[in-house]
Amino acid sequence: MIFAKEETLSRAEIEKIQLERLKETVARVYEKVPPYRKKMEDAGLRPEDIRSLSDLSRLPFVTKQDLRDNYPFGLFAVPKEELLRIHASSGTTGKPTVVGYTKGDMDVWTECVSRIACAGGATSKDVAQICFGYGMFTGALGLHYGLENIGATIVPSSTGNSEKQIMFMKDFGTTLLVATPSYALRLAEVARGMGVDPKTDLNVKIGLVGSELLTDAMRDEMHKWWGDDMLVTSNYGMSELMGPGVSGECEYMDGMHINEDFFIPEIIDPETGEVLPEGEWGELVITCIKKEALPLIRYRTKDITRLTYEKCKCGRTTCRMANLSGRSDDMLKIRGVNVFPSQIEEVVLSVEGLGPHYEIIVEREGYSDKLTIRVELAQATDSFGVLERISGAVKNKLRVVLGLDAKIMLESPNTLARFEGKAKRVRDLRLK
Amino acid sequence: MTAKQLSVFIENRQGRLGEVLHVLKEHNINILSTSLADTTEYGLLRLIVNDPEAGRDALIDAGFSSMLADVLIIKVPHVAGGLQNVLELIAEKNVSVEYMYGLTAGGNDASIVIKTNELPLATEILAKAGITTLTYEDIAKMA
Repeated sequence: MIFAKEETLSRAEIEKIQLERLKETVARVYEKVPPYRKKMEDAGLRPEDIRSLSDLSRLPFVTKQDLRDNYPFGLFAVPKEELLRIHASSGTTGKPTVVGYTKGDMDVWTECVSRIACAGGATSKDVAQICFGYGMFTGALGLHYGLENIGATIVPSSTGNSEKQIMFMKDFGTTLLVATPSYALRLAEVARGMGVDPKTDLNVKIGLVGSELLTDAMRDEMHKWWGDDMLVTSNYGMSELMGPGVSGECEYMDGMHINEDFFIPEIIDPETGEVLPEGEWGELVITCIKKEALPLIRYRTKDITRLTYEKCKCGRTTCRMANLSGRSDDMLKIRGVNVFPSQIEEVVLSVEGLGPHYEIIVEREGYSDKLTIRVELAQATDSFGVLERISGAVKNKLRVVLGLDAKIMLESPNTLARFEGKAKRVRDLRLK
Repeated sequence: MTAKQLSVFIENRQGRLGEVLHVLKEHNINILSTSLADTTEYGLLRLIVNDPEAGRDALIDAGFSSMLADVLIIKVPHVAGGLQNVLELIAEKNVSVEYMYGLTAGGNDASIVIKTNELPLATEILAKAGITTLTYEDIAKMA
């Protein structure tokens, strides 16, 4: 089902809304946010210079560093009294990034998440278990409000205590799961350990996964554990932009539909900052055109994707972004080769006999980088031949995909760390 | 007649072997024979124990990759050439040995544990030659 008529507008209609809202936003931040005014002045721009959507590319970028430099409320465009909610990122490196919402922002957020939840198959009949961590992180509460708005029954179980999560799923008849893909797999593993087969003993038919990228191989893995009839869609967002709800996949799973009446997407070359044509891979840049508290303009997401404006089979006309292929700052440079962890994940998941968990270790040995991949055996064997075939397959496929030699370490099941939030699968020891 | 061998995958990490043995001890599993083969990164520990099923279940519960494999345990006379005479019988019929290791249970008895890809054929050859192979029950009695 399509939630809002804005998802099916013609290109001309959508662009009309975008231009109107862009002009209004630029004028407002110029007037109310001093660091913005300074950025624009430095670029020799005034609000009236923005006359068409193509003028967007003349505006300066905003980065996470700008948010940190203006911690906590320096980029806000409304007085603090107007805020209804404050969220913050974990801030593992440096100060956390702080975001705020007015009443209007909360309504827009709810609307956006309702749209993507609907696109992912959610209805008022669903029992939605939200296994994202509640708290300062936007994921849980974002999905919470959006799904509630649709009329679904919410089970706000948060993360942790996986056995109890499974018990709730069984006893409450959960039909929809919100989690990171890696936590969804972990939950299936825990269920099996309890003698509960997620395919037959649970009724979870919809997975709305996010906060981590979903590769095709990971989606296959989800089906393997949760059942082929589960509709697994990924959705996208980040707290700086709003939280979840920026975009999400529909049942055709051919890219995530962007809520374009609220967000204008661009793809740039991460090195030069130059805007790239439709279809090319690059860094996603998002301009918020209907945010009151924190209207970021040309925010560099660091996420690597590409866009298409072709009409989708589902009937939506909104721009779609491909499932992320990585983050520009997750990219590892190993012996001069650009490596995205997602490429390694695809390989690991394609080899028979291995579980879906892995760890990537990069070390410096002498003057050269050494890449080690730790993987878990999913099937027991008594044969060295089988073990060699498994590690050999990973090694050969990595050589084909990356052109790099890696050391493969086979591990016993359940050896590698499991994650409830974003998975941390890379250990880069070269920095030390 | 075949017997069950308990096989466990172990990473080449300090203390890993000890962990396996600890699990078996906790579950009161008696080990009659062991073979540890390794590469630089990992090894396979193969064991003849009194209760292989219980051993496998305990190891899997403890997070190990473990399984049972069918092997032949052949009684070999404790004399020079005893082993060769037995192996020749099966080699004549082109049955090859993947790996093997010894098993002694005191006294004059000696046995070898053999893993082969042609288990039924090997069993048949040995039975025809009147050579004793030990079963699951025999092993349980020895323990």
